Amino acid sequence: MIVTAFFYIFAAILVASAGMVVAARNPVHAVLFLILAFFNAAGLFLIAGAEFLAMILVIVYVGAVAVLFLFVVMMLDIRFDQMREGLQRYAPIGAAVGLVLFAELVATLAGLKIAPVEAAAPAASGLTNSAELGLVIYTRYIFLFQACGIVLLVAMIGAIVLTLRERVSSRKQDIAVQHARHPADTLVMADPVAGSGMDGQILRAPGWTPALDKPAPARLETTS
Amino acid sequence: MQHFFFNTDLGFTILTLAQALAVLVPLLMGVAYLTYGERKVLAAIQIRKGPNVTGPFGLMQPFADAIKMLTKETVIPADANRALFLIAPILTFALAMIAWAVIPTNNGWAVADLNVGTLYLFAISSLGVYGILIAGWASNSKYAFLGGLRSAAQMVSYEVSIGLVIVCVLLCVGSLNLNDVILAQRHVWFCIPLFPMFVVFFISALAETNRAPFDLPEGESELVAGFMVEYSSLSFGLFFLGEYANMILMSALTAILFLGGWLAPFDIAPFTWIPGPLWLIAKILCILFVFIWVRGTFPRYRYDQLMRLGWKVFLPFSLAWMVLTAGFLMATGLLPQNPGLAHTPPAIASGDTK
Repeated sequence: MIVTAFFYIFAAILVASAGMVVAARNPVHAVLFLILAFFNAAGLFLIAGAEFLAMILVIVYVGAVAVLFLFVVMMLDIRFDQMREGLQRYAPIGAAVGLVLFAELVATLAGLKIAPVEAAAPAASGLTNSAELGLVIYTRYIFLFQACGIVLLVAMIGAIVLTLRERVSSRKQDIAVQHARHPADTLVMADPVAGSGMDGQILRAPGWTPALDKPAPARLETTS
Repeated sequence: MQHFFFNTDLGFTILTLAQALAVLVPLLMGVAYLTYGERKVLAAIQIRKGPNVTGPFGLMQPFADAIKMLTKETVIPADANRALFLIAPILTFALAMIAWAVIPTNNGWAVADLNVGTLYLFAISSLGVYGILIAGWASNSKYAFLGGLRSAAQMVSYEVSIGLVIVCVLLCVGSLNLNDVILAQRHVWFCIPLFPMFVVFFISALAETNRAPFDLPEGESELVAGFMVEYSSLSFGLFFLGEYANMILMSALTAILFLGGWLAPFDIAPFTWIPGPLWLIAKILCILFVFIWVRGTFPRYRYDQLMRLGWKVFLPFSLAWMVLTAGFLMATGLLPQNPGLAHTPPAIASGDTK
């Protein structure tokens, strides 16, 4: 009885918050509703007995992916009036994409078999959820599993390649270089004659090179 | 009576609530006296006296602080997002509490003895970032926002190495159940064979709880109080309680993963007379002392150093150690066998890869 009640609570909140993701005017609120939706989906997984999937959903989507979403959306300066401008023009494209996705969903659901013939035999009772998954993933579906890993690896390397660029104008500290410095490389002990000073000469250590090989960051022009 | 508590919905709900109270009330007392203990230890480190006026040895100080905090006015900034501004501290506090549901305090004593207890704890601790991020954004203040962003980046970074360290421990256990993790340490605590991971985990726990020397999200000298700068009264109090409850939680997790949880140090007479929960509390107190000791000793990290330590030092190191652990266990045949695998369907167990 309690389980049924919780199923309907989770399901109702899930559907409502999924609707609010689309309807919310503030993008930060939309992301927060998305997180709420993930959370309730995890609750439904728990009710279905898939405790491992529920925890992984929370760890991966709520704990990592959505944090980055929120991070980015909070930093963006989104103007709502500007977003409204393009609505009329892009609405047909959006509707077309939505229609295709919906048609695919219908096609999939129509052809769905509840118990596919090729599926692995249900594991013996007494196994925990994670053990059962491990037994299937690492044996029967090992190649598919590895292929998923390779796709993710390629995506990750792609993201790094797209965003990594050496910024020539920033001065970075290289800790290894700092630690490798030795007093003998940088310090010269001078013994000037009293009263005559250094005579304006600057002493350098034998192998001295300028500390900053890169040009200094561009400075703002000061108006005089 | 027994039938009522274990076999009816109402009875079981009452039983679970009573269990939750039995964990949370001592926890909140612990949080209150952790603030007192921290001030006393810091005072001792700095050769001061610390709180010593309210009650004997200043022991009533936590209550004086709590009453002061409750009677202050709650100020909500004019441009703040009211709903989120109030949700953030509640979320932080609630997350710090619900994680305790799976912490075993004796053999099989946990409010919820989940088979995926370790994952549950990891999931809850990775949610902790939301309270801070939402607080930083909803305050509509530069300092709070910068504190929130710093905290989000920091917690996400250190979670990665915490995850790999937990995988290392789980490789040696063969189960995700926290009680099994402790039982697997009957012969030797994991802090001995996995000592480097113990150190990495402890330092990551400092970063995960935003404690010194990684307390950049608060950074008094540059961000005033970081994400908490606009909070006052009870809403600030909830953040404060949540932060200290998280400290106790991470200490408990360290004790469970590496120091044998409720196990006695040696399985011989004088040690086994002391009940398990007391051993767990003693271990938690030792780790909490180190938390405070570190705060009194080390200067704050620079932000780029913090990120470098997380991504360029801890991540490769813990990844390498994980591969090493797996390889070692496989090579020596010490890989723990999951008790459930004994009756596995032979088609799958014999490596049928079709």
